[in-house]
Amino acid sequence: MSGPVDVVAVTCLLAGAFLCLTAGVGLVRFPDVLSRMHAGTKPQVLGVLLVMVGGAIRLHGWSATWMLLLVAAFQLLTAPVSAHMISRVAYRRRHVRRDLLLVDELRGSEGRDSVYQGDEPADAPPEHPAQTLLDSRRDDWEERKAQPS
Amino acid sequence: MIVVEVIAQALLGGGALLALVRLALGPSLLDRVVATDTLLVIISASLAVHAGLRRDPTVVPVLVVVSLLAFVGTVSIARYVGGMLLQSTTGDGTDVGLPPAAETRAERAARR
Repeated sequence: MSGPVDVVAVTCLLAGAFLCLTAGVGLVRFPDVLSRMHAGTKPQVLGVLLVMVGGAIRLHGWSATWMLLLVAAFQLLTAPVSAHMISRVAYRRRHVRRDLLLVDELRGSEGRDSVYQGDEPADAPPEHPAQTLLDSRRDDWEERKAQPS
Repeated sequence: MIVVEVIAQALLGGGALLALVRLALGPSLLDRVVATDTLLVIISASLAVHAGLRRDPTVVPVLVVVSLLAFVGTVSIARYVGGMLLQSTTGDGTDVGLPPAAETRAERAARR
């Protein structure tokens, strides 16, 4: 070790490694998917940032620094996206301990979302085939009643 | 410096082992996805610690690849599990008409 710069770098590396250990402990001990994700994303952002800072201090040359910066920026961009997707699916698949939630804003919602909503193809099957059939027959009947031939 | 490297890699290895425990135990697919994501992050952190402490920039491009792969894998598995959803008609945001989730199966097995 030579000088305070190396001390800062080693401190950053050790702090990032410690965050990884806490993530493992949280993954094993926490009760459901959402809280496990809460524990697992600590090293995903802060730990990776600390380790990248430490590595960038220690490594010589700008190419390594830029690549480490790229990794850090990519983690910051992708961590919220993947966490959002996993937590949404986890809520819908009932992998959430609802008795442990303090606030559950999705509970009272209508829950109308389905696979076919939004970008369904033009020839997608109707979501409620029987209801669609009844509706089309009623439309035909009313049309015939309105225009007696 | 050797001492620092041993300590850091021991911490990272402990985290990786605990993530592996959750990967093996994890009752549902999503728990395993979260554990895999954490495991990949720990692996990339371990590579970066190695690169920083040895002043060895050879493994730095591997970090970019590993972080890209972690994101792609997580999103694809989340979309795959989301494709299993049929339609939610319970009125509370969850869905019905699905094979029983892993927790319910475990609960049933424990009740028996």
